[in-house]
Amino acid sequence: MIGFIAKRFINYAILSAIATLSAYVLASIILNPAARYLGRNPRPSDATINSILDGLGVNPNTPWVERLWAWIVRLVTEGSLGDTIHNTSVISEIAARAGTSLRLLILGTVIAAIVGVTLGVWGAVRQYRFSDQAISVASFTILATPAFVLGILLMIVATLLNNFLGVQLISFTGEYTPGLDGGWWVQFGDRAGHLLLPTISLALMGAAGYSRYQRSAMLDVLAADYIRTARSKGRTRGSALVRHGVRVALIPMSTYFAYSFATVLAGAAVTELVFSWHGMGELLVQSISQSDINAFTGAILFNAILILIAGTLADVVYAALDPRVRV
Amino acid sequence: MTENLIDPAASNETSPSVRPGPTQPNPSNHLLEVRDLHVTFPQPGGAVTAVRGVSYHVDQGEFLGIVGESGSGKSVSSLAVMGLLPSNAKISGDILFEGKSLLGRSDKEMSKLRGEGISIIFQDPLSALTPVYTIGAQISEALRLHDRKLSKAAANARAVELLKVVGIPNPERRAQAFPHEFSGGMRQRAMIAIAIANNPRLIIADEPTTALDVTIQAQILEVLQKAKDMTGAAVVLITHDLGVVAGNADRLAVMYAGRIVETGTVDQVFHAPSMPYTVGLLRSMPNLATAGHTRLVPLEGRPPQLSNLAPGCPFAPRCPVVIEACRSTEPPLTVIGEDPLNSAACLRVAEIASGQLDRTKLYPVPEPVATAERALVAPETVLDVAGLERHFPLSKGSVFKRTIGTVRAVDGVSFDLRTGQTLGLVGESGCGKSTTVMEILELTKPQAGQVSINGRDVATLTARERKALRKEIQVVFQDPMASLDPRLPVQDLVAEPLTVHGVPAKDRLEKVRAVLDLVGLDPSMASRYPHEFSGGQRQRIGIARALVTDPKIVVLDEPVSALDVSIQAGVINLLQDLQEKLGLSYLFVAHDLAVVRQISDNVAVMYLGRIVESGPAEAIFENPQHPYTKALLSAVPVPDPTVERSRTRILLEGDLPSPTEDITGCNFRTRCPLYKLMDAPGKEQCRTQDPQPRAVQNSVVACHHAERIGLLAAGMP
Repeated sequence: MIGFIAKRFINYAILSAIATLSAYVLASIILNPAARYLGRNPRPSDATINSILDGLGVNPNTPWVERLWAWIVRLVTEGSLGDTIHNTSVISEIAARAGTSLRLLILGTVIAAIVGVTLGVWGAVRQYRFSDQAISVASFTILATPAFVLGILLMIVATLLNNFLGVQLISFTGEYTPGLDGGWWVQFGDRAGHLLLPTISLALMGAAGYSRYQRSAMLDVLAADYIRTARSKGRTRGSALVRHGVRVALIPMSTYFAYSFATVLAGAAVTELVFSWHGMGELLVQSISQSDINAFTGAILFNAILILIAGTLADVVYAALDPRVRV
Repeated sequence: MTENLIDPAASNETSPSVRPGPTQPNPSNHLLEVRDLHVTFPQPGGAVTAVRGVSYHVDQGEFLGIVGESGSGKSVSSLAVMGLLPSNAKISGDILFEGKSLLGRSDKEMSKLRGEGISIIFQDPLSALTPVYTIGAQISEALRLHDRKLSKAAANARAVELLKVVGIPNPERRAQAFPHEFSGGMRQRAMIAIAIANNPRLIIADEPTTALDVTIQAQILEVLQKAKDMTGAAVVLITHDLGVVAGNADRLAVMYAGRIVETGTVDQVFHAPSMPYTVGLLRSMPNLATAGHTRLVPLEGRPPQLSNLAPGCPFAPRCPVVIEACRSTEPPLTVIGEDPLNSAACLRVAEIASGQLDRTKLYPVPEPVATAERALVAPETVLDVAGLERHFPLSKGSVFKRTIGTVRAVDGVSFDLRTGQTLGLVGESGCGKSTTVMEILELTKPQAGQVSINGRDVATLTARERKALRKEIQVVFQDPMASLDPRLPVQDLVAEPLTVHGVPAKDRLEKVRAVLDLVGLDPSMASRYPHEFSGGQRQRIGIARALVTDPKIVVLDEPVSALDVSIQAGVINLLQDLQEKLGLSYLFVAHDLAVVRQISDNVAVMYLGRIVESGPAEAIFENPQHPYTKALLSAVPVPDPTVERSRTRILLEGDLPSPTEDITGCNFRTRCPLYKLMDAPGKEQCRTQDPQPRAVQNSVVACHHAERIGLLAAGMP
């Protein structure tokens, strides 16, 4: 079993490496880091620009294969991902932002999974009834809404609520209130308050997708003979569905979990921007808009590693849930 | 109707809507009493009434058999007793268990009774056990649901005990296994263990052995009988196989189109059936005791659709003694003689019971093919198989594959087939019979051995010759629905082999019409699609497709096992007639020994990739020389209660070993009942020497001790 997981992990690791290198190549070919300096007033001389670009290792005059090689050599020998155009190292940038993003991502994913699974099971059990129809319509609506629209809508609702109550109950700009005095508990409460809206936004999007998959997985299980067997032993329908049905219906979900994690990451980038969080998503979006090749590759590597972990985790969960695949 | 049962839309938490019948003044003295039960499933295309006024009772410790074809309502009525019907089912009438009505109870109230008072064993043990829990956990779950005070450890211990009772070896270890690690027979044993866990007063067994091999079926019926004796429970056994109930049940109810049409003791129903349907069913079943001597009597037509049922007796369109009144009034169950429990639903029951209408002559026995129509055939060998082998390597690892063993699917099989004759190839599932016929149909050089058709070794054929030879050897598959492309009309399906062989279009149509006529289908139906035909008709289409190239050899791979009992006889008769008219040679693969007995001239019995006994059908069935053949034959239930009660049964232990196992010497010795009776040198011989086929009496047997087969009959209880 451990051998199997290790093998899958190595597979994912190779895939992550390929994804990161491809991202580097793609960014090197498409992005034009010189553009940022050309618009300056006074315009720096070509020699200055070239030397800055050479310093970052992103000069388009150098063939991309050479730049890629230099990037890999630097990564292997110095453990460095290069510098951003703001002259900070990419690693330190990631270190500063990762915590912010992970807090949001992990909370959002876990809540999304729990809510999505619950709604999916509920919808399947009450198929074609009003509650099922309502869940379906709501989840399709959320799936069709762009992440930033959802974020802004939540902000509007929060503002209305704040105005109605007359106090700043829900704060949604940044990840904490700058210059707030108080002890540890006050800080924690403040951060939790700021976390509320972005988490809801992420969780809503995730749950909408999960619930659709869970519903169809559960529908397959509802008609299964072993549910009938469980009832014939003396379980009520509800308890048979929970004990025997949900457990089996969760098995295909663990695979979906791994793949949907990528979607959640993409959604998180937009959500971070909307709520002015300085996280990895912001780094990714900014690096593209500012033609920052090193930062972009670093952000992609971070995402690839997260997906690697999620994928391996999904395999472990799959094996834990389904005795038939244990080897 | 069955779709409805599994329709998830139909299920919800509320109990099915119930319209209780008029309150009965007399309380029930029976363990279970079903009174005038109706079950209707509303559907967009019109309501389907699956059960239409069924009344029966079961007393304490009684064994009731309910027999019927698919769609007769036998399963629906038992699910109604358990309260497991989908919520859209409309139930009326009354179901009394221990004198108290079960209808109108909530799911919660019913769940207290299910498993504790009434338990049920389902047909397919693979899907009936939850795949993610261990067998032990699923048994102890049943225990703890009804005894909250029972500790987990005590429940597990009791689960192991129950597994031991139902005959699972190593129960401590096996309790930790998951359902997919169990074979079909062991899963069904586990299901029985769950059913008897709380000592119920009533066990309902819904087709408990249908998915199993005959040898395993015999074991399971034995376990069921043992479970009944241990718990003292009454048993309701639901089946389509008259043979299964003949030896076990006390009383019988025969269902047709949602009603009980005949009921009585087993002897009354089997020996003096009074409803023409029962008479026909008994006559149409191939039966080991009579097969081979008499022609089967087919029951023409098919059961009616249960939506929009026409008035009158639902059996009238198929009944040979139908009178005008049958078409307008549906006959009630009428008591036949003295016994109030023996009744039949037929307007002419008095005539049949009194002998005015001779029940043995109710159905016309189909005429054999007239001598003038018979094809003249020269007896020559058309198919010769010698030492055929097919081994599959078993590999492990995904990157570096390494062979860790060999599956000996076919391991040196030899037989020959002569013009105009039928060779029956029998054996349990997994014995390699299907692989053997597929190897032959490949028409290429086998891994080892030789296949010759019409005297030509197929290994030497060129591609063109091989294609030409395919005309000579054709195949009919098991499931007629799955083997016909649903998107093609019948004429295209049947003409396809002709297209392959380049027959011009106008000749094709003519040939198709001729061959459809030959198999008893109206040529005007040629433009219809497969789903418009019934099961028996579809199999006729399959046969027509095989015959359209005028083959000499037809391979029949389980051609009737997917058909309902009453339909089987017609197809078997058709195959026999075609053989005589066209001089065909059949290679007939089947697990149903009675069917094989009916149609075969010669029989070869396969076990783990080898032929253990072969010879003329008469010799094999009357006087088997190999212990496996003997056990196989003794496992087949005979639809005759007198025969069933008097004969001794040789039970094989355990399941078919995995073909990857390397068994030294004789590969049957692990299950051989004769091996156990042998003295030490005899056993030594079985362990060390692989028995070679040799002639014993009239058959060829691969057993060292065939001469001492007589020990078996004497040595077994």
